[in-house]
Parts: sequence; C-alpha cells; structure tokens
Amino acid sequence: MKFITVSGPPSSGKTSVILKAMEELKPKNLKVGVLKFDCLTTDDDKLYAAQNIDSRVGLSGSLCPDHFFVSNIDDCIDWGSRHAYDVLISESAGLCNRCSPHIKNCTAVCVIDNLMGINTPKKIGPMLKMADIVVITKGDIVSQAEREIFALKIRQANPEGIILHVNGITGQGASQLAALIENGTQVETLRGEELRISMPSALCSYCLGETQIGKEKQKGNVRKMKLD
Amino acid sequence: MENLTIEELLSRYPYAIEFFDVNGLPIEDKQKTIQEYINTLPYVFLEDMGINHQGLFKRFLVFMQRMEDIRKERNFSIHSLTVLGGTDKNGKKEQDKLKISMGEIICIVGPTGSGKSRLLADIEWMAQKDTPTGRRILIDDCIPPESWRFSIEHKLVAQLSQNMNFVMDICVGDFIKLHAQSRMIDDVDDKTLKIIHHANELSGEAFDLNTPLTSLSGGQSRALMVADTAFLSTSPIVLIDEIENAGINRKKALELLVDQNKIVLIATHDPLLALTGDKRIVIKNGGIYKVLETTESEKQRLEQLTEIDNVMMQYRERLRKGELLD
Repeated sequence: MKFITVSGPPSSGKTSVILKAMEELKPKNLKVGVLKFDCLTTDDDKLYAAQNIDSRVGLSGSLCPDHFFVSNIDDCIDWGSRHAYDVLISESAGLCNRCSPHIKNCTAVCVIDNLMGINTPKKIGPMLKMADIVVITKGDIVSQAEREIFALKIRQANPEGIILHVNGITGQGASQLAALIENGTQVETLRGEELRISMPSALCSYCLGETQIGKEKQKGNVRKMKLD
Repeated sequence: MENLTIEELLSRYPYAIEFFDVNGLPIEDKQKTIQEYINTLPYVFLEDMGINHQGLFKRFLVFMQRMEDIRKERNFSIHSLTVLGGTDKNGKKEQDKLKISMGEIICIVGPTGSGKSRLLADIEWMAQKDTPTGRRILIDDCIPPESWRFSIEHKLVAQLSQNMNFVMDICVGDFIKLHAQSRMIDDVDDKTLKIIHHANELSGEAFDLNTPLTSLSGGQSRALMVADTAFLSTSPIVLIDEIENAGINRKKALELLVDQNKIVLIATHDPLLALTGDKRIVIKNGGIYKVLETTESEKQRLEQLTEIDNVMMQYRERLRKGELLD
C-alpha cells in the first residue's frame, strides 16, 4: 500500500488537490482511502464520498491535533491494510506552523497557497521545510511574478523537496502529483517507524484543563517570553 | 565554502543571508565558519526547529547548491519546442509532429473541454509518453533532462490570464526589485525602468515606481504583468489565456514578448488575437486535430478586423470623455 501524508495550513487547498490527483488516478482503477484529521468539524468526508473515495474522519477536539494524529496513525494503516487500499492518504491541517505529521520513510506532502504572502515559507516550520513534495496552489489568481518569487522563497525554506504547482480548481498540475503519489512509499505497518520531528511537549497545567490566568496557576513545562 | 567565515561567505555569496533569514538564525559572530556557527546553536533552539546540528549543516549545503543552480540558469532559454503526437480521447492518432520556434506566436483553439489544458500540461510537464495522451515533448530537438521537471529555474511555461491579480502589499518599484533579486539579476534599476516604461506604453494610463501594486487598474496590472514577464520571467514560453478585454494594446504586448525571444501560446477565440499568430493549433476530442498556418487572405481579414476594433476603441474613448456617439 502506498502511504502519503498531506499537510498544510487550513484552507490552503489540501482536499481539492487530493481530489484532483485522485481523479487523475481513476483510469488505473486503484483503490484509494483517505484519512482526514481535523480539530472540530469537517465536511470533507462528503467531498470524498462524492468521488467514491472511502474516507474516515478523526476529530481531535480538545486534544493537541498532532498528538491525536500520532496516537491513531498506526491503527489507520492497519485499517487501510484490512481494506486492501492501493493508496492511502492522510490529510491534516498544520495548525501551529511547527508540527507536521511527516513520518520518516513515508512520502510527505505539504500544500501551501500563493495568497499567503512571501514571508509565510519562513514562518512555517518542519511541515514545509521537511516535506518531500511541496504543492503550491491558487496560482491562477496571482501574477506570474508573485508565483516565481513565492516559489523561490519556498525553495530557500526547503532546498531539497520537489516543488509542484497544482491548481485545485482546474486540476492543472494534478497529473504530475498523481504520478508522484503512485511512486510514493510502500508501507505495510507504521509500528516502530519514527516521526520526522518531535511533537510539542507542553504538559503544563493548561493541558490538564486549567482555565484561570496567573502565575500561581502555571505548573509544569512553562516557557516565558523575554519582554524587556 | 565550508572553510569560509560567515563574513566571507556573505560577501562572496550574498544570497547566503537568505539561509539565515528563512531559518530564523541570528548571526552574532561573523568570524566563525558555518560549521562552527551551527555547532554553537543550543540543542533546545534546534529542537524547536525540529532539526539537529548535522541536519542543519546538510540543509545549508543543499541550499547553497540550489541557489547556485538558480543563479547559473538565470538565462534559461530554448530555441525550439517539439510536440511529438500521441492519441486523442478515443485512442486515435493525432498530428504527429509540431515544432515551435523561439519568437513564434501560436494560438490554441477548440471548445471548452477539448483538451487545450491537457496540451499545455503536457508541455509544462515535458511529457515523455507518460501522460494520458502519450505525447512526447522535445526541447531543442532533444529529450530534456528529467530533473528539469522539478527545478524552479527550468520552468518552461509562464502564465498570464484575465483572472490574475497582484496580491502583494508593496509599491511597483519594490515589487520589480524583489522579482529581479529573486532571479539574482544584477542591473535591477535599469530593468525596473525598462519594465515600467513598457508597461506604460501598453496600458496608456501611466503609473510610476511609487504606485502601490494593489491600486493599479485592471489594464495597468495586465500591462505590468506582460512587461514583467517579458523581462524578468525565467520561462521561455508564455501562455496567455483569455486576455481579450484586458484594456491593453494586445498587439504591442505580443511584440514585446516575442522581442524578448519568448514563444507565445495564446488560448483564445478572439479573431483579432487568433489571426495575429503564425499558426493555429486546433484541438478536438483531446488531440491535436490540425495545425493551420495563418493564410494571406486571413491576414487581410485581420486588417479589416483591426479597423473595426479601432472604431470600437475610439467610441469607447469618447464615451469615457462624456461625449455623444451620434
């Protein structure tokens, strides 16, 4: 089973890009499954269903989305194996700009859009900088020059990855992505595999449900800003 | 490079500063070598970045290599593009060979869904019988290196369309400078003036260095996009998509691009634009149905059409001035 993690800031076009790439794979009659990780609510499962793609949704609710992801992903792979998918894709929004669901030895895609501004590649952490493939979306609505500048900024942030322009509406570039997905990593189980980066380690009183503000309420792993 | 101090590194390779910037690395002591510098970074700092010392050093080396690749290829140019035909949606063979040379204007016509985008995607991807059409793309009569597919400095096609807007909150001069710097071009000021001069010629409504990018009118934006693409885009092929009512002098726009040795592809059904091209590719059912050369009598027809267009333009201008059209 080919397993690919797709991440990216909210509303960057992850679902549209996946749908367009899967449309390109249709003639090959591959069995595709998608795992959608989100925080509070999502309707993306309906979009997948409309294209006859099986999907499962995981909502992290009040938990750290990344911790939720990593505690579930190996079960997800087992689920994928049981259903004999040829391609399994996990889709998750990168919320704090640092974390990413990227796993060593699993093809990692980051989706980012042209409208985010040229400083965004700098602000996004390992999700972008350690991805194998960076997909840039919404290229049809900004100028060629801005696209070129943005691509260079991404190249600087991630010198090694493949940079691909995909249009989530027209599907331009989706066949290229589909080809890369088809050549993605073969995975049977994730037990024993490792994340590319460590997850956020807070474990403070607020992790345990504290809501009051003030020094005496801050317990555990607390880091302070330098203000003066 | 590993033996240079950071100071020497920055003076020899000015773009190296971007490595520090994009990774949020503060430079305090410029007398260290890059390896020494990386070794002094605290573990916790790197953990926040999700990387270790070794990984960061490796990223630095790859960064420098990539930037050098981009600098070397700032004049990516090609002489010709050849499409070796594949099959249409029904598996029928299409026209088997189409060669387009630098400086040519080629129109692409065909109904929506006929496969115009697919042809373009094949060119962009430099297809080698690995797309549904089975087409093969040759550059200067050779199979292009596969690495070109993913290198931003070998991007074949630049695009201009009616739907595109400027989104950066920056003035025209700074914007052009940023684009020129991203291409590692030296004569930035000269290029900037040239681009603004040509853009103003295309739109007829003058703007200058200090005009905010986002306050340009539709026509001014289009004009700047054309001029900027002509002088600063890496891509040797320019695709123009539905730019019928752009409010710019289309003939001059095409001349400008062709003068900069671009291959211009236009997806259009506007007869005025379609007849300006040297050839027309007719797409039908996913394949190249035929390639027409613009005939002599078509060129005469173009003159008539241009006259009609001029009349329309005059009327438009008079309306703008508040005159009567009687």
